[in-house]
Amino acid sequence: MSTESPTITTSALRDAVALPERPSRPSPVSMTLTFAWRALLKIKHVPEQLFDVLVSPVIFTLMFTYLFGGALAGSTSAYIQFLLPGILVQTIVFVTVYTGYTLNTDITKGVFDRFRSLPIWRPAPIVGALLGDTVRYTIASIVCIGLGLLIGFRPDGGFVGVVLGVLLLLVFAFSLSWIFTILGLLLRTPNSVMGVSMMVLMPLTFASNIFVDPSTMPTALQRFVDVNPVSHLVTAVRALMGGQPVGSEIVWVLVASVALTAVFGPITMRLYRTRH
Amino acid sequence: MTEHVDHVPAHDPPDTPGLAVEATGLVKHFSTRKQVTKAVDGVDLRIPTGTVFGLLGPNGAGKTTVVRMLATLLRPDAGTARVLGHDVVTDADAVRAAVGLTGQYASVDEDLTGTENLLMLARLYGFTGQRARQRVESLLDAFSLSDAGGRQVKTYSGGMRRRIDLAASLVLAPRVLFLDEPTTGLDPRSRNQVWDIVRVLVADGATVLLTTQYLEEADQLADRIAVIDHGKVIAQGTPSELKRSVGEGAVTIRLADTGRRAEAAGLVEKVLGTEPTLASDPYALSARVPDDGTDAVARLLPAFGEAGIAVPEFSLGQPSLDEVFLTITGKPLPAEDAEAAEPAPAEEVS
Repeated sequence: MSTESPTITTSALRDAVALPERPSRPSPVSMTLTFAWRALLKIKHVPEQLFDVLVSPVIFTLMFTYLFGGALAGSTSAYIQFLLPGILVQTIVFVTVYTGYTLNTDITKGVFDRFRSLPIWRPAPIVGALLGDTVRYTIASIVCIGLGLLIGFRPDGGFVGVVLGVLLLLVFAFSLSWIFTILGLLLRTPNSVMGVSMMVLMPLTFASNIFVDPSTMPTALQRFVDVNPVSHLVTAVRALMGGQPVGSEIVWVLVASVALTAVFGPITMRLYRTRH
Repeated sequence: MTEHVDHVPAHDPPDTPGLAVEATGLVKHFSTRKQVTKAVDGVDLRIPTGTVFGLLGPNGAGKTTVVRMLATLLRPDAGTARVLGHDVVTDADAVRAAVGLTGQYASVDEDLTGTENLLMLARLYGFTGQRARQRVESLLDAFSLSDAGGRQVKTYSGGMRRRIDLAASLVLAPRVLFLDEPTTGLDPRSRNQVWDIVRVLVADGATVLLTTQYLEEADQLADRIAVIDHGKVIAQGTPSELKRSVGEGAVTIRLADTGRRAEAAGLVEKVLGTEPTLASDPYALSARVPDDGTDAVARLLPAFGEAGIAVPEFSLGQPSLDEVFLTITGKPLPAEDAEAAEPAPAEEVS
């Protein structure tokens, strides 16, 4: 390595540690934004992490549309109108798992203890990471909707409806992430976080109204689908994008988001403070 | 360097004589399903401002746990600790603002570049815009990392990695530094470099708490040493006090001619005043160096020359942590730990 013959001069070192005055402590918002900036840098340096985000919605959309579209809705073009908002929700909900994964990676690599040893607003590293993750969700949404438009998705809600649908989804994803931050803090390795999270998410996404209308399902399953927050989210996003009236479903999703944050946010922070 | 920053004074009132770190009765247990381990079992430390304190012990002795408690990463189960007068539990943020920490567990982000890592820390400490960039540049420059600043840290060599870790802990120019095994795994060159850095920082008035497995390192840097084992301090003193208790080390001699070993042994005993041990290797013998016996060692080689005994190999070894333990506890380190407690590694373990 070329830089392995360094000369460390005493004077440069002296200069560096002679800090005449200390800066004043930044605001919580500015600290949080610094951590969000870090999350974006990670996307820049490790673009591979976007691979899953970009590829899985493409595969799912194409597969379901062309494999099952004709059988389920009479034609692929009819099915894509129904499927796309749902597949978008599924994609983003799956991507939230990375929040726990990256948090756990930080812990195992010791980066997190560096943060914990700093005089900063305690939730900043986690909230900042969650904010950075919403950029990832946005990218995934654009890919998913772009592909949908290419293969025949024609939302009646127009541009505004689609944007509102995505925004609602981002709010929910941010709130849902708190569950994965808990797993990230509790479990030992990043891969176990991945495994456990998938076990949680599989039933939430498949036992929902993402792929089919639940009216043909057995009664017990229908009951689960009805209380599954993912179903409510899908219904709301579908209605926003389809230009339908949606009042109560949106309220339901927002209340669920607030509840998720209010319950799992403080648990996360408690685990964060007391972790060895 | 033009660093103009607002209000808050950089240093706590100019080096008030007193204690930078004061810990009393620190205890920390870790419980697993099967048992409760006392990782730290009643440790008292008093570290005067502006000195280097070495915490010496084998793997698993509790050194890191002590540092983690002092750095507010772990809450003590019992006992109290203050850093520059701030309690580590009730006034944790003040401690965090005063302390720089470097260790295996307080790491920089390998995916980011050196510059980005330091810039992030500078911003978190409240440097903004151009001032943050200046701060980062002066640190990269001081640690000879300017050329590597744009590269991801995962591409750094072991020595560079340790330097960026050190730079990261100095962003706010802390008056107290905790260095947890700062040279473990480094080649001798990089190790010497870290030592030089520590010396400059201390000459500038910083207080350093250093943990190490190497007596040599503690001897080189520390004003006082505490030997820790099974979570307890088992000996404490200056390096020379500690070394006096185990002797200055041993001299090992290898001869060209087996026939003159008895003669050589007599010579050694005469010059050093200690009885040499004859090794199983018929060419070799060794002898413990008595207290303050370094002058005698210096006379030994010329004495062989005068007697006409050829000495192809002659070496003086520092006492190792092993010998310290043997002397203090009367028993050697447990086998698995003993390996980790060998003198500073000669090869790079990256």
